[in-house]
Amino acid sequence: MIRTAMVGLGKMGLSHLAIFRAHPQIDLVAGCDSATYLTDVLEKYTGLKCYADLDQMLAKEQVEALIVSTPSRLHAGMVEKALAKGLHVFCEKPFVLNVDDGERLITMADERKLVTQVGYHFRFVGAFRELARVVRSGALGKVHHVRAEAYGPVVLRPKGGTWRMSKEEGGGALYDYACHAIDLTNFVFGTPQAVSGVARRAVFSRDVDDEVYATLHFADGVSGQLCVNWSDESYRKMYTRITVWGTNGRASSDRQECQVYLRHPHPALPDVPAGWTVRNTTELTEEVWYYLRGEEYSAQADYWVKSIQAGRLDGENSFRSALMTDQVVAMIMNHTRQDGADAAAAAAAQWQPKHRGFFARLFG
Amino acid sequence: MQIPRVLFGDNQFFGVNHMSEEKARAQQMRFQNLEAIIEVLDHAHAAGINTFMCTTHDRVEQICDHFRANPERYADYQFYPCMPYAHKYNNAATEHGMIEAIRMFLPQDGFVAALLKSGTALASKDVATIMGLLIDAEMKMFHGLKTPVIFMQNVITDLLLGLRMHSALRMFHDHVRSKYDAEPAYITMNLPLLLDVLEGLGIDNPVVCANINKVGFRMCGGIETYERTIANRRFRAIAMSVFASGAIPPREALEYVCRQPRIESIVFGASSRGNIQQTKSLIDELSAA
Repeated sequence: MIRTAMVGLGKMGLSHLAIFRAHPQIDLVAGCDSATYLTDVLEKYTGLKCYADLDQMLAKEQVEALIVSTPSRLHAGMVEKALAKGLHVFCEKPFVLNVDDGERLITMADERKLVTQVGYHFRFVGAFRELARVVRSGALGKVHHVRAEAYGPVVLRPKGGTWRMSKEEGGGALYDYACHAIDLTNFVFGTPQAVSGVARRAVFSRDVDDEVYATLHFADGVSGQLCVNWSDESYRKMYTRITVWGTNGRASSDRQECQVYLRHPHPALPDVPAGWTVRNTTELTEEVWYYLRGEEYSAQADYWVKSIQAGRLDGENSFRSALMTDQVVAMIMNHTRQDGADAAAAAAAQWQPKHRGFFARLFG
Repeated sequence: MQIPRVLFGDNQFFGVNHMSEEKARAQQMRFQNLEAIIEVLDHAHAAGINTFMCTTHDRVEQICDHFRANPERYADYQFYPCMPYAHKYNNAATEHGMIEAIRMFLPQDGFVAALLKSGTALASKDVATIMGLLIDAEMKMFHGLKTPVIFMQNVITDLLLGLRMHSALRMFHDHVRSKYDAEPAYITMNLPLLLDVLEGLGIDNPVVCANINKVGFRMCGGIETYERTIANRRFRAIAMSVFASGAIPPREALEYVCRQPRIESIVFGASSRGNIQQTKSLIDELSAA
C-alpha cells in the first residue's frame, strides 16, 4: 500500500479522491483543502482525515506520495514542497504556469528519483492511443498537417466567479481546454517548435480568453492548427479531436472513435487495410477496476501507482512531458517567434498585437 | 412492486452515444423538437413498453407536460426518473464553483430560500437535508405522473462509492421511500462493489441498473465477476448497455442477457419504430424460451 495524501478537493479533486481512494494499492490517509465546509463534510461522512493547511498535513502525516489538485497557480509551490519531502507526485493539469518553475521541479524530482505524473487523462483514452499507434507507425506516409481541436460549453454568459475565469490563477480556455489539445498533439505526433497567427480573445469572459486559435510549426515544415473554444453551447460536454494528414492518408480521433483512411496498405500496420477503418471505444477500451466518468481517469491513476511500485521515472505524462505542453502554452501567450520558424510564421508574428492599438483591443 | 421486463431509455434523445460523437450529434438534431421524441415514445408505447427511464434533463419537463396533458392516452404510463443530469451541475460548477452550483439548483422560494440564505443547511453540513432538497428539485418536473422507481445516476452512485460516503446512498434511499413512496434504485458501473456497500447499509434486495453485455463493456471487475454476481447475489437487476452502443448484433446481445439468471428487466433506447419493435419482440421471444 502506498500511503498517499491529497491537496485540493474541488471539482476535479473530489473525482480524483474517489478514484484514488478506491484503488486497492493506495492508502489515502489525509486530504487538504482551505474550504472547510468541504473538509468538514468529508471528515463527518467519509472518515477522511482533513487539514486546511498543506504544511501542517505534510508535517503530521507520514506519506510517500501526494496528489495535487488545486487551482493551477498553486501547483508549483505545492509540488515543490512535496518533492522536497521526497514524495512521489501526481499533479492535475496544467503542470505549471511558469516554465522556469517546471524546469526546477523536474531537476528536483530527477535528483531524488521521484515518480511524477500530470493529469493529461486523454493519453489514456483508447481511441487516442489508437490514433497515436497509427501515426507513429508511419503508415500515413509523410505527415504534412495536424489539427488539434477542443470545444465545449463552459462559459456561455458574461459572468461566473471561479478561479477558472481568472487570468492570474491560470484560468481561461488556453489553460483549461487548449492544453489538452496541445498535449494530445505532442502525444500523437510531436511538439511544435513555434507558433504564429495567434488569436486569443474573450467571447463572454471579462478577464480571460474563451477562444484560442494558432498556427503550429513542427520540424520539417509540418504545419498545424489549434482551434479551441469553450463558449460553444452546441457541444454537450468537452469535445476534443486530433486529425493528422499524411501523403498516404488521414487519421482522426475523438474520445469515442478513431477513423483512419489509408490510400494504400502499409507494412507497418498490417491490421489496417486501404480505405476506411473505424475503431470505437467499445473495442479499444481496457477494463478498469473502478469506473467514474471514464476509464481514462482510473487508468491514469493506476499507471501512476504502477510507476511508483516499479520505480518508473520516465512514464507517460511525466513532469518533463507535461512541461513540453506548458512550453507551447507559453509560446502562445508570448506570441513569440522561435528560431526555425519559417518566413510565414515571421510574417504572421508581425501581425500580432504587441501594442495597445486597434488589433490589441480586438485580440488582446 | 413489479418492474416491467422492458424499459425504454433516453440516451438517443439527448446526444449520448458511446460509439460515435457524430451519431450522437445527428440524434441531437433529429430530436431537438419535442414532437420527434414523443413520436418515438409513442412507437415504444404501441409496442407495449409503458415505462420511460429518463434522466432529469431540462427537456424531460416538456415531455412530462405532454404526458400530463393526455392522461387518458397514457393511463398506464410510468416514468423512472434518474437523477441528476450531471452535466448541468458539472458545467455550473465550472462556471460558478461547487457550492454556488448547488444553490442554483435548489428552489429559491420560501422556507428553502430562508434556509439557504442563512446558510443553515450548508453551514451545518447537513447532507441529508440538502440531498432531500436536491431530490425534490429534480422531482418537480414529474409532478402528477407515476414515478414508482427513482434512480440515482451512476456518476453520483459511483462517486459516493469511491469517496466512501456510503451514508448518502442510505439518505437517498430513505428520502425516496418516505417522501415519494417509491422504490429507491441505483445505476452503477461498479456493480459488485455497490452490492457490498448496500448490503453493509442494510438495504435488502435493491434495484440496481448496470451495464450487462456480452463484450464486458464498462463492467468493472470483469464479465466473470458480473456473471457470478448476477447468479448469486440478492438484488433486482436491470441490464443496460446490452448492445454496448451497437458493438454487438441485436440477437446475439439479447441472447446473452436473457441467458443470465434473474435479470428482471432490460432497458434500451432506439430511434426507429422498426428497431423498437424488433428489440421488444426479441426480448419477449428470448425471455419466454
